Amino acid sequence: MRRVAITGIGVISALGKNACEFWSALEQGRSGIAPLETVDRSKLRFQNGAEVHGYNPIDHFEEKHADFIDRFAQFGVIAAREAIRDSGLDPSSLDNESTTIITGSCVGGQCSEDQGFVELYQKDRGRVHPLTIARTMANAGASHISMEFGITGPAYTISTACSSSNHAIGQAYWTVRNGGAEVAITGGSEAVFSMGFLKAWEAMRVISPDTCRPFSKDRTGMILGEGGAMLVLEPLDRALARGARIHAEIVGFGMSADAGHITQPSVEGAERAIRSALRDGGVPPEQVGYINAHGTATQLNDPTETAAIRAVFEKHADRLAISSTKSMHGHALGAAGALEAVATILALRKGVLPPTAGFRQADPDCDLDIIPNESRRADVEFAVSNSFAFGGLNAVLAFRRHA
Amino acid sequence: MPDPLTQRVLSCIAATQRISPEKVTIDSSFQELGIDSMDGINILFALENEFDITIPDEQAKQIRSIREMVEGIQKLVAEKSPAKAQGQ
Repeated sequence: MRRVAITGIGVISALGKNACEFWSALEQGRSGIAPLETVDRSKLRFQNGAEVHGYNPIDHFEEKHADFIDRFAQFGVIAAREAIRDSGLDPSSLDNESTTIITGSCVGGQCSEDQGFVELYQKDRGRVHPLTIARTMANAGASHISMEFGITGPAYTISTACSSSNHAIGQAYWTVRNGGAEVAITGGSEAVFSMGFLKAWEAMRVISPDTCRPFSKDRTGMILGEGGAMLVLEPLDRALARGARIHAEIVGFGMSADAGHITQPSVEGAERAIRSALRDGGVPPEQVGYINAHGTATQLNDPTETAAIRAVFEKHADRLAISSTKSMHGHALGAAGALEAVATILALRKGVLPPTAGFRQADPDCDLDIIPNESRRADVEFAVSNSFAFGGLNAVLAFRRHA
Repeated sequence: MPDPLTQRVLSCIAATQRISPEKVTIDSSFQELGIDSMDGINILFALENEFDITIPDEQAKQIRSIREMVEGIQKLVAEKSPAKAQGQ
């Protein structure tokens, strides 16, 4: 088995249009959550979200090209471009079968679909735009990345709701580790802000009317976010040989299914996924110094996740630092794991742990060190990033600082 | 016999839970009817449609029993149109 290095990162989110802006906001505990601008707020019971502010497709794509790509896939391509540039790999070296692309998306191009259905059902136009299918398919992000860089190796998309991109990154990690590819472009992207989709979330009564306050006793639910994040993975030896800058190593991946309820989380399911990631990487639990939590700020997730962490880490749980960066970039569903992987990787590299923003009041059911509101200097050897999805499909990644 | 509005709420709960209406009384507990949090949200949706009302999230969170659910609906229906609160 080969060790696997992360040599490139790229992010577009409510916190900015590149990894540098993303990290700067996380480090300062600055949230990108604001009143929604891309939809008519007067039709919604909640008002806030984490949108990519001031986004204009033609800043990033030729107009004709932009017509063919939904917002979610655009975010994926933009993040992949940055990650590849950041890796220092010659883009022309990727146009072969030994590069793989594995992306995550929960709902694909549902904004394009929603737009088509407005024409059909609301405006009674009787026809839907012919690009609706090509824009909506959840694999469009992976497809456009492959087309832009001429990558002809294994490429596919995983859709497991809020765990999508953790599952994607985990599969890419295993593929590189096992010799199935020399380079992996992996992560996820999501664009959630269509009226139809927002109304569906509104009906679930889990969206905060205010902001996202994970682990805070007065938390009132999640805040949706959008964006994309991608990583470039390579065998560590190859990365060292070419003198690449190594952000961190990815060392473990674990999955589980709750086999319980379609929306309610399970302590046991979460616990099994964390244990499995640690076991996969041979990571001693007492050496884990930071967990980027799933931390959605719903009534059910946060105490369930706390209990799972306590069950796995036992006494060491009181010495761990944990934060939910969803408090700043929102919950980007199928992109969440990828955004949080970048947050975790940069935390290891920079020796700074991003905080849980918006925290106000301790909750006895979430009694962990959640890094309230202000980032903290800490040199951590191992870190874990949790994703637990509706449908009970969990995926957890483990990372290691590269000395 | 419960009043007509209560009867409509109970019927709505039974229909949403796919259980026979005689099992649902104003004193039934969520637990004995097998109503979990997602079922509760489905029931609120059905009640919003049945009475053409909007149940605010804050109010929804306070509901712990079927009696509280009926009382909440009564209040919202009364606010909407005082005559209908009598169930007519």
